[in-house]
Amino acid sequence: MSFLTVQRLSKAYKKQEVIQDLSFTVDRLETLVVFGPSGAGKTVLLRLIAGMIRPDRGNIIVDGRDITDLNPEHRHLGMAFQNFALYPHMTAYENIASPLRSRRIAQSEVDQRVHEVAKLLRIDHVVSHLPKALSNGQKQRTALARSLIAKPNLILLDDPLRNVDAKVRYEMRLELPQLLRARETTVVYVTQDYKEAMALGDRIAVLVDGRIEQIATPREIYERPANSRIARLFGDPPINLLPVSTVPGSQGAQIRVASTDVALPGGAGARDGCVLGLRPEDVAVGFEAQPGAMPVEIDAVTPLNDREVMLLRARDGTEIFASAPQGHMAGSGQRGRREAWATLDLSHSHFFDTAGGARL
Amino acid sequence: MKSASFSPVRGILMLIVAVFFLFPLIWIVLMSFETNGDILRSPPRLFFSPTLHNYVSLILGKLGGGVGTMTVDYMRNMMNSVILSVCSVVVSLILGVPAAYAFARFKFRGGEDMAFTLLSFRFAPPLLVLLPLLRYFQVIGLYDTYFGLVWVYQLITLPLVLWIVRGYFEDVSEDIELAYRLDGHSWLATFFKIAIPLARPGIAAAALLAFIYAWNNFIFALILGSSSVQPVTVGALAFITASGIEYGQIAAALVLSVIPTLVLAIFTQRYLVEGLSLGAIKG
Repeated sequence: MSFLTVQRLSKAYKKQEVIQDLSFTVDRLETLVVFGPSGAGKTVLLRLIAGMIRPDRGNIIVDGRDITDLNPEHRHLGMAFQNFALYPHMTAYENIASPLRSRRIAQSEVDQRVHEVAKLLRIDHVVSHLPKALSNGQKQRTALARSLIAKPNLILLDDPLRNVDAKVRYEMRLELPQLLRARETTVVYVTQDYKEAMALGDRIAVLVDGRIEQIATPREIYERPANSRIARLFGDPPINLLPVSTVPGSQGAQIRVASTDVALPGGAGARDGCVLGLRPEDVAVGFEAQPGAMPVEIDAVTPLNDREVMLLRARDGTEIFASAPQGHMAGSGQRGRREAWATLDLSHSHFFDTAGGARL
Repeated sequence: MKSASFSPVRGILMLIVAVFFLFPLIWIVLMSFETNGDILRSPPRLFFSPTLHNYVSLILGKLGGGVGTMTVDYMRNMMNSVILSVCSVVVSLILGVPAAYAFARFKFRGGEDMAFTLLSFRFAPPLLVLLPLLRYFQVIGLYDTYFGLVWVYQLITLPLVLWIVRGYFEDVSEDIELAYRLDGHSWLATFFKIAIPLARPGIAAAALLAFIYAWNNFIFALILGSSSVQPVTVGALAFITASGIEYGQIAAALVLSVIPTLVLAIFTQRYLVEGLSLGAIKG
């Protein structure tokens, strides 16, 4: 049962289509993450749903009610902003209580509910402070408390973790899903951090240039990206996109990548002149020659969390990222260029059209 | 922030600037306590026997000049100044603040042209319009009325309020207003509870400036009113009499006329320095 339905929504600024004929649905109690690079139209989409701007065409339906023409104050949504948007002249308490004030709720109940939600977000010790006396983490918690307190059925979160420091962001990434589940609400969450999208989304809508390019579960998007652009947006280091050609006479059983012939496991749909997408973790690096391995030079090695990321250079100059658990490769940490052999595991490979980038 | 270190050169330079700007003020204050005889003595004496005579005669409205006495109702001029300036500022705020908000928030056809037309009132020399205006005012009965003068004063105060406050409204984040409306408040509540409080330093600054401009205005009141509505700026002319210039009384009149603006400036100062966004928005 879809709770939020966006139907053929369009919005243009000065003839520039920011949102183009957008349609999607969000189920009741689902968290949909709208993910995309900056300038993709994520914030505009959220503002359209919030009612701050009106669409040129299309409808927005929440719980069976068409809210396209309603003013923001009649939409009963909760929203948290990237820049917090707290009321600077009111204490954190009054900020959080604001949605209850407009509903003329008795002071005793306001008191009780503000403290309840403040405790939930662990800011009840600072509610008497003005926003300027709060840390960025506390500011965002206050803003979240404000968006939750009136128990809205739909909450819009506009990249709320963008402006908090790394530690708070990490904490909140773990805390938020529980919190939102406990409040039993449907969520539209905007972010440009793919890790956040993967951690928080029941489904992810990938928005590029005002269009949804793929809408699917995080796992599906990672494992079966709809095109090479999406494949590049998810993953750090990014996926390798390598032009390939089929080896003549091999009937498609072998492909040529970076001037090396590699055997292709059955079923994968390579065709001449397409692009191979290969995650860095599927590239194994060793110092001894192996059948089918590609001779490479290790250009650089950088640690990333518990993994090591290696930048490899094939004989023909093609750059390939590889990543392996730290300590997995003896001697990889040595400085300077080194000769090595890369083995490509093509069992998780993706093939994309060279021109449009569409998945084959 | 780097704190300014004190150096003797800096101190001396600041002293020179201070003396340059404060000397005329101090001189006027001293003059107001002297008799005309002391003032005109050459060379001037730094020590004299101070007298309150100038102030007393101003407040009583009786001028003891060289020949006989004449009555000048300077207190009435003071009252007129207060009425004209306060009313002008209040009217400008009532009209200008909502207009400034509209200009800041909404793009509408001709909006920029309207705002610019209002600003252009500040470019034109007042004399350009005053004589025809005098004729109109005489015909429609606005000559020599508070109402008429407050109306004309809007030419000075309204553009000031509009343009200063508009800038402050533009600096108030739209997200804050959207957040307040999503909380369920109407746009009117948002205007009064969010936009106005956040633009308060700007409104205070604009009101103060408008008050000073209105207070110091001379030419409108000189031409469009008689002594019954004329403010201190015009009233001070009365001390230039046929029998000579009453320097002491002019000085005292000036000192008195500065007091209201000074008090207002000191009072609004804390609003002026109050930061605008107070750290609620991540820069």
